[in-house]
Amino acid sequence: MKSAGGGVKQALIRSHRWAMALGAALLASGCDRAVVLNPKGPIADAERGLLFDAFSVMMLVVVPVIVMAFVFAWRYRASNRNARYAPTWAYSARIDAVVWLVPALIVIAVGVLVWRSTHKLDPYREIASDVPPLDVQVVAQDWKWLFIYPEQGIAVVNQMAIPSGRPISLRITSDTVMNSFYVPALAGQIYAMAGMQTRLQMLADTQGKFVGRNTQYSGGGFSDQYFEVLATSPADFEAWVAKAKQSSDKLDTAGYARLAEKSRRNPIAYYSAVEPRLFDSIIAKYTHAHAPAGR
Amino acid sequence: MFGKLTIEALPLYSAIAAGGALVTVGGAFIVFVVITWLKAWKYLWTEWLTSVDHKRIGVMYIVLALIMLMRGFVDAIMMRAQQAMALNSNGYLPPEHFDQIFSSHGTIMIFFMAMPFMTGLLNIGVPLQIGTRDVAFPFLNSLSLWLTSAGAGLVMVSLVIGKFSTAGWTGYPPYSGIQSNPGVGVDYWIWALLISGFGSTLSGINFVVTILKRRAPGMTLMRMTPFTWTALCTSVLMTFAFPALTVAAGLLALDRLLGMHFFTNELGGNMMNYANLFWIWGHPEVYILILPAFGVFSEVVSTFSRKRLFGYESLVYATAAIAVLSFTVWLHHFFTMGSSASVNAFFGVTTMIIAVPTGVKVFNWLLTMYRGRITFHPSMLWTVGFVVTFVIGGMTGVLLAMPPADFLMHNTTFLVAHFHNMIIPGVLFGYLAGYMYWFPKAFGFRMNEPWGTAAFWFWIIGFYLAFMPLYVLGFMGMPRRMEQYNDPSWQPWLIAASLGAVLILIGIACLVMQLAVSIRDRRKAADVTGDPYDGRTLEWATSSPPPPYNFAVLPEVRDREPLLDMKERGVVWQRPRAYEDIEIPKNSAAGVVLGGLAFVLGFGMVWHIWWLVIACGLAMWVTLALRASDDESDFVLTAAEVAGIEGARYRSMGNPT
Repeated sequence: MKSAGGGVKQALIRSHRWAMALGAALLASGCDRAVVLNPKGPIADAERGLLFDAFSVMMLVVVPVIVMAFVFAWRYRASNRNARYAPTWAYSARIDAVVWLVPALIVIAVGVLVWRSTHKLDPYREIASDVPPLDVQVVAQDWKWLFIYPEQGIAVVNQMAIPSGRPISLRITSDTVMNSFYVPALAGQIYAMAGMQTRLQMLADTQGKFVGRNTQYSGGGFSDQYFEVLATSPADFEAWVAKAKQSSDKLDTAGYARLAEKSRRNPIAYYSAVEPRLFDSIIAKYTHAHAPAGR
Repeated sequence: MFGKLTIEALPLYSAIAAGGALVTVGGAFIVFVVITWLKAWKYLWTEWLTSVDHKRIGVMYIVLALIMLMRGFVDAIMMRAQQAMALNSNGYLPPEHFDQIFSSHGTIMIFFMAMPFMTGLLNIGVPLQIGTRDVAFPFLNSLSLWLTSAGAGLVMVSLVIGKFSTAGWTGYPPYSGIQSNPGVGVDYWIWALLISGFGSTLSGINFVVTILKRRAPGMTLMRMTPFTWTALCTSVLMTFAFPALTVAAGLLALDRLLGMHFFTNELGGNMMNYANLFWIWGHPEVYILILPAFGVFSEVVSTFSRKRLFGYESLVYATAAIAVLSFTVWLHHFFTMGSSASVNAFFGVTTMIIAVPTGVKVFNWLLTMYRGRITFHPSMLWTVGFVVTFVIGGMTGVLLAMPPADFLMHNTTFLVAHFHNMIIPGVLFGYLAGYMYWFPKAFGFRMNEPWGTAAFWFWIIGFYLAFMPLYVLGFMGMPRRMEQYNDPSWQPWLIAASLGAVLILIGIACLVMQLAVSIRDRRKAADVTGDPYDGRTLEWATSSPPPPYNFAVLPEVRDREPLLDMKERGVVWQRPRAYEDIEIPKNSAAGVVLGGLAFVLGFGMVWHIWWLVIACGLAMWVTLALRASDDESDFVLTAAEVAGIEGARYRSMGNPT
C-alpha cells in the first residue's frame, strides 16, 4: 500500500505540475489579464491554489475517462474483427468496487480539503496580521459603488484606495436590488443585499490598479458598474485620504439621497465628510424595527 | 376593458424587436396558411391535437421542443454576436433588449426546449419499454402537453405584445419585484412557468404511476430498462420538486399583484427565501433533465456495442442515489450569499458526493463499449461525444462546488461555460441521441445517417469553440450578462465563441436537412420489422409505428433484455393463438381546450384583464366538469379488428402464417 500511496502522490505532484504549466501557458499567451490565475493578494491566491489542487486530483479520473472513450471506441469498432467480443460480459465485482471506491476516495480527499479551506477562507474571518485591519463600508447602488471610510471620515464613489500589506475588512450592503461585490485580483465575491450586511476580507501584496465589479445583473446600467481599486503604499494612501479631505462635497442625508438615484457611468467623486452612521442607516432603512439580518 | 394593454405594447421601440415580432407572426401565419392549403386542419385535430395516445403526445412534445430550440438558439447567437462586437460600444442591442434576450434564452431552453423534449422521449419510450398499452392517465397526459404548450405560447407572445422579463431565467427578486420591474415582462415569465410547471407536475405523477403499476407481467423493477429507471427517478423528482417552483413563482406573483412582501426589500420581505425555494426546485431540475438523457445513453451504448449493459445494478443504484442526493445540494447555487462556513462546506461536500454515482455511470458506459462490436450510428456518436465532453464539465462542476473557489468563479462566464458544458452534452446530446434512436419506432422509417453524423460534428466542434473561450474569460474575471465591456483582451475570446455559435447553427441546419431528407427517402428507409437495430428491449418487439394498443398480447418478460431473450429462445414475433378485445381511450378535445384557456388566462393575468381571467377560469371549470362526467371515455377495438391489424403486419414482415 505504501508504494501505491507513493505512486498516487507522485501522480498528483506530476498532474499538479501539469496544471501549473497549463496555468503558466495561459498566462504566457498574453493572459496576464487572466486575473484569477494571477492573484495580487493572499486570499485570491489561496482560492486559486484550491482550484489548482482540485483540478490536479480530478485529472486522476478525467484523463482515464477521455483516453478510454477514444481507445475503446476505436479498438472495438465493428470492422475490427481482431478485437475480442464478449457480448454477455456485464459484471465484475472487482471493477464495480474500483468504480465506486476510487471516485469515493477522491471525493473524501477533496471533501476534507473543502471543509478546511471553507473555514479558513470564510469571508467573515478577518485576516490574521500585526497591522490592524482597515475598515471600509461598501454600498451598492444603481449603478455605482460607494465606499465609506469610517475611520478617515471620507467617502468615494467608484474608487477604493487601500494600503498594500494591510488587511482590509469590508462591510457590504445594497441600497437597491441584490448586487455582488467582486475584485477578482484580490478576493472572491460576496452578495450585497438591502437591509443586510455581508463581509469580505482582502489584502493586496503589491501595489497596483485593479478592477472591481458587480457581477449580479441589476438592470440597464449593469455593464458600466465597475470601480477602480488602487493598492498603494501607506504614504500614498495617506496622501489619497488627504486629497479626499480637500473635496468641497460632503455626504449628508440629502446629498446621499441624490447620489442613490439611478445613474450610469458616474465619475469618481470624493466626499470630505460623511453623515455619521450613514452605513447603518442605509441598512436600517429596510429593516425598520427589525434587527439587521446576517452574522 | 383591456387592463394594462394598449397600443404601446407593440414592440416598435427598436427595429430588431419589431423584426423578431414580425418573424414570429409571419412564421405562425405561414404555418396557418400551409395547414389550410393542405386542408389538414381536420386531420390535425382528430389525429393529433385531441389525441390521448402517448406516442402521438410524445411526437407533439418533441415538435414543440425542436421549434423552441430554434427560438432559444436565435437568442443565443444574438447574444454571442452582441458580445463579439460590444467592446467600448453598444453593439447592436441596447441593454434593455439584451437583458430580455438572455432571460428568454434560459427560460426557453430549460422550460420549453429541454422539458418538452424529455417528456416527449418518456412518452415514446417508457410505455413501450415496460410493455403496456398506454400511460396510467392518458387524458392527464394530453392536458400536460397542452399546459406546457400554453406556457411556451406565452413566452412567444411576449415577443409581439409587450416585453419579456429582464430578470434572467432565475428571476431573482428584488430585481424581479414590482418596484424594479414594473412592466409585464416578469409577469409573462411567472405565468409561463406556473402554467407549464403545473403540466410538469402532472406528467411526473402520471409516469410514476405508469411505471409502478403498468408493467408487463414478469417485468420486475430490476428487469426494467435503464431508461425506464431514469424515467422513474425523474418523475419522482418532478412530482416533488415542481411544487417548490410553483410556490416560489406564486409568491412572487402575489408580491407583484397584491403588494405583498415575501421577497421585497421592505417590510420584512427577504429575497434569500426566494433563492432557497427556487433552487430547491432548480437543482433537482438539473437531474430531472439529465437522468433521462443518461437513460438514453445506456440504451444506445448497449444496442450499438451489441453487448449487455455493464453493471446494470450499479447503474440503477447510482441513478437512485443521484435522485435522492439532488435534493441536498441546492445551496451551492448561492455560496456567495454569506452563509456560515460550515453551511457552505456542508453543501460543497454533498455536491461532490453526487460526482461519485455520476462517475460510476460514466465507467459503466465505457465498460459496455469494452469488448463490444461498436457501430457508429449518429446516436452512438452523440453518446461518445457526451462522455468525453461531460467529464470536463463534471470537473469544472467540482471546482465550483468548493465554496472558496466558487467565490472567485461565481457569476462569471466560467459558470456559464460550466452549466452549458453539463447541459449541452449531458442533456441535449442525450435527447438528440434518443430522437434519432426512436425516430424509426415513432414513424416506421429510419433517419438519414450522414446528415445526422454531420450534425453531430458541427454541434460538438461548435460547442468546444463556443464554450472553452468562456472558461478562459471567467479566469479573466468577465461577469455573465454583460451588454458591453471596455476590456480589449476579452474581445478575441468572445469572437471565437461567436464563431462556435455559427458552427452550432450549421449543426442545427444539418438536423433540419436530416429530417427533410429522411422524410423524402421514407419509402427507401422503411422499416417493416419494427426492429431496425436488432434491439434488446420491448419497444422493438412491436411494429413501427406501433398500433394504438402497442401490444396485441402483453409480452411476458423473463429477462432484463426481454426481446433478446425471446430471440434467443426462438419465440420472438410468434403469432398468438387468439386475440382479445382491447379497450382504448377515446380522443378528447378537453386537453387542448384547457391548454388554450390556460394560455388566455395567463395572458389576462399578465395584462390585468380581469373579466378575461374570470371568464377563462369559469370555462376551464366547465370543461373539466364535462370531461369528468363523461362516462364513455373508452372504446373497444374488437378481437377481429386487432387480428386484422396484426395480420397485415405479419404479411408485411413476410411471415403470413
